[in-house]
Amino acid sequence: MLARSVTHALVGLEPRRVEVEAHIEGGVPGFAIVGLADRACAEAKHRVRSGIGSAQLEWPLKRITVNLAPAGLRKEGSGFDLSIALAVLAASRQIPADRLAEHAAVGELALDGRVRPVRGAFAVAEGARRAGLARILCAPESACEAELGGVEAIPVRHLAEAVAYLRGELRPPPAEPPAEAVEPDLPDLADVRGQERARRALELAAAGGHNLLLAGPPGTGKTMLGRRLVSILPPLEPREALEVMRIHSVAGVLPSERPLITRRPFRAPHHSASTAAIVGGGAGPRPGEASLAHRGVLLLDELPEFQRPALEALRQPLEDGVVSVARVQGQALFPARFQLIATMNLCPCAGRGDPAAECSCSTQRLAAFRDKLSRALLDRFDLVVTVPRPRAEELAAEPSESSAPVRDRVAAGRAQLEATRLRRTAEADELLNRAVERLPLSGRGRSRVARVARTAAALAGADGVLPEHVAEALAYRSPKELAA
Amino acid sequence: MNELTLASFAAAADLHLVGEPRGSRFAAFKARFDPRAELARLAALDIRFLARSDPSFPELLRAIHDPPPGLFLRGDADAELLARPAVAVVGARACSAYGRQIARSLGRDLAGAGLVVVSGLARGIDAESHRGALEAAGSTVAVLGCGIDRDYPAAHRELARQVAATGLVVSEYAPGVEPAPWRFPARNRIVAGLCAATVVVEARERSGALITADFALEEGREVLAVPGEITSALSAGSNALLRLGATPLTCAQDVLESYGFAAVAITPAELGEPAAAVLERIRAGPAGADELCRASGLAAGALAVVLTELELAGTVSVEDGVYRAAS
Repeated sequence: MLARSVTHALVGLEPRRVEVEAHIEGGVPGFAIVGLADRACAEAKHRVRSGIGSAQLEWPLKRITVNLAPAGLRKEGSGFDLSIALAVLAASRQIPADRLAEHAAVGELALDGRVRPVRGAFAVAEGARRAGLARILCAPESACEAELGGVEAIPVRHLAEAVAYLRGELRPPPAEPPAEAVEPDLPDLADVRGQERARRALELAAAGGHNLLLAGPPGTGKTMLGRRLVSILPPLEPREALEVMRIHSVAGVLPSERPLITRRPFRAPHHSASTAAIVGGGAGPRPGEASLAHRGVLLLDELPEFQRPALEALRQPLEDGVVSVARVQGQALFPARFQLIATMNLCPCAGRGDPAAECSCSTQRLAAFRDKLSRALLDRFDLVVTVPRPRAEELAAEPSESSAPVRDRVAAGRAQLEATRLRRTAEADELLNRAVERLPLSGRGRSRVARVARTAAALAGADGVLPEHVAEALAYRSPKELAA
Repeated sequence: MNELTLASFAAAADLHLVGEPRGSRFAAFKARFDPRAELARLAALDIRFLARSDPSFPELLRAIHDPPPGLFLRGDADAELLARPAVAVVGARACSAYGRQIARSLGRDLAGAGLVVVSGLARGIDAESHRGALEAAGSTVAVLGCGIDRDYPAAHRELARQVAATGLVVSEYAPGVEPAPWRFPARNRIVAGLCAATVVVEARERSGALITADFALEEGREVLAVPGEITSALSAGSNALLRLGATPLTCAQDVLESYGFAAVAITPAELGEPAAAVLERIRAGPAGADELCRASGLAAGALAVVLTELELAGTVSVEDGVYRAAS
C-alpha cells in the first residue's frame, strides 16, 4: 500500500518540492524514514507515531517506510511531520489518498497531535502554488502567512482536524484575512533636538538611498538619528513587500498575527554579531541581518567595534544587493539590498570632537582604531557627517520638525530622481573639478559627491545639478581624518 | 671625498659620526672604499652627496658645533636651496586640530613669502608645515632621521615625493640606514642648524621638538613658540619655552620681520552676504555646523553650500566636524 503527500523543503529562500511517500507492507512492525533527513526531521518518527495515537487513529502495526524524495536533497527541520503523518494515514487507507494529493501540508506535530507552526510557511505556500496545488494544510498561526503565498490555507489545529477535513467530515473556518496592520508608532524625528546638519544628511540619505556614516563623540544622538531613518522612508511597494516577507518567513521572524509587512524593515545587530549572523550562513543557510534588512535599513551602531571579517563581508551585498552563501551542496542567494547607517566615535577614548574632554589616545591606538575600517568599506558611504558635541543651549532648542513633512519631501525627491535624469551644469562640473584639486578627494569620492549632488538637486526640485548642490554634497564627503 | 667615506662607514658600522675615528676598522674601510663606485651607486638611486667641504654646503649648518660630514640629497631642487633663508617649523606628532591648522597656515605664509620651510617629515606638525609650504607652491626641505632612501614614516611616502618634486629631502645617513630612536635628536640638530630661526608650534613637556629648540638656542639662533592653551597638555612644552624667553609667535609676520621679508598680502576673495556673516562667526571661535546653522539662521543645506565655498577659498578648515578660521 503506497500513498503520497507533497510539501516543500527550503534551500536558502527557494522552496523545493518534496514528495513524502509512505509504503506499508507486511512483516516485522517497524518505522523508518529515509531520504537524507537531518536529526530534527528523523525524530519525526516519534512525534508522528504519538500524534497519530493521540488523534485516536490507528497506527498500522506493519512495516512502514517513509521516503522523502528527492533523496539527494537534505531535509531539515520539523515541518515535514504533518505530511509524513498524513502519508502514513493515507497508505493505511484511513484517509482518501486522492484527496490528500490535492493538498500541500506543512507543520510540526506535538505528541498530543496538535499542529505547530514552523518557519518558512510563506515560502512553502509559494512553492505549492508553483507546483499547481491550490490548498495547503498548516497550523492556524501560519495560515495568514500561507495565504499571502497565493494558496488557500486550511488551518488545522490538530491532526484529527486535518483527517476530518480530508475525509470531508469537517470544513474548518477559512483563515482570517490578516488584520490591518496596527503597528506601533515609529520613533519620530521630532524627538531629535538640534542636529540640523545630520538631519539634513538623513533626508538626503532617505531620498537618494545613500549609505550614511555618523561620526562623533558619544551622547550626540547619532544612534537616535539612525533609528529614525525608517520613519521618513516611503512604505514598501507590494512587490518589495513580498520579497521582504519571504526572507522574514524563512528566518522565522514574521509575526504570525500580522504577517503583512508594509513598513520598511529596520535591523540593528549588536556589534558582537558574527559574520554568519550578519550576512547569513549555517549548514542549511539562513538569511542574516543584512538580508532581514532587505529593502529597509541596517543600522550598525559603533561600526569599528564590529569584527572586521563581518564588516568586510558586507561589501558584497553593498555592491550587488545580494549575499551568496556557498556550501558544498550548492549556493544559496539571499537578496540584501539595504540602506546602511553606521555610527562611530572619532577615537577609541571618545574624547575627540568633545570640547569638554581631551583625547588621550596615542597615535598608534588611533591608527589601530582607524585601521579597522578599510578604505573599501568607507568608500561605500556616500554621506559622512561628523557631529561635534552640541552645547547646552542647543539641546534646549525648541522641538524640531517631525517625520511626516520630511517623508513627503523625500517621496517627492525620489519621484523626481526616477522621472528625470538630472545632469550637472557646466558651472557645477567646474566646481567639482576645482574641489578634486583643492580638497583631498579621490576618484571614487568624486563620484560619490556627484551622486549626492544629484539627490540634493532632486530634493530642491531643480531640473539640473547646479553648483550649489555640488557644494552641499562636498560638505558631506568623507573627511581625511577617518581613514588611517 | 673623505666625507663620503666617513658617511658610508657610519652607515656600514651603524655608528653616528661627525669626525674621523682613529680605530683600525675605519682605516681598513678607508683603504677598501672606492668613492667613485659609491657615487655611481648613489647616482643610480638618484641621490646626490653634498660634502661638508663643498663650497655650496650651507654656511649656517657648517657653523654648528657638530656639523655632519655631508648631506645626502634627494629631489629636483638645487643644493643652493639649502643656503637660502630658511625657517624650521617643528612640533609634536600627536597634536591638536589647532596645532595642525597653525602649522599648515604658517607653512603656507612663510613659504609664500619666499622662505624655505624646513621640517622633519614626521606625523602631525611637521607634515602639516610641509603641506602648507607645498600649497603655497613654495620651497620646503624635509630632513630625515634615517637613510636617505627610506620614507619614514611610510604613511608619508606621497608627501616625501611631493617635497622632493619641488624641494629637497635630505639626510646625513647613507642609503639603507634604519630609523632608530637616537637618530631623531641628531636629525633635529640639522633641522635647527639649517635655519636662522626655529618655530615650535605645539609641543608636550618632553617633546622632540624641544630638542630642536635647544639646538637652536645653543647655536644662538632665534626660537619662536606659538602660544597654546595654558590648560592643554599638548601645549605645555611650547608654553614653557615662552616662559623661558622664546619669542611668542602670533602671526607669520613675526617671523618674516626678523628676516626682513614682507608678507605676501592675500587679497580676500569676494564673499556673498551669508558667507561673510558665517566667516565672521567662525573667526569669533571654532564652531560645529549646527551651531553655525543657528547663528546664521540658514537652513542646513544652504549652510553646507556656504561652508564648502569658504573651505575651497581656503579661509576655513574643518576637522572632526568643527570649523576653524585659517589665520
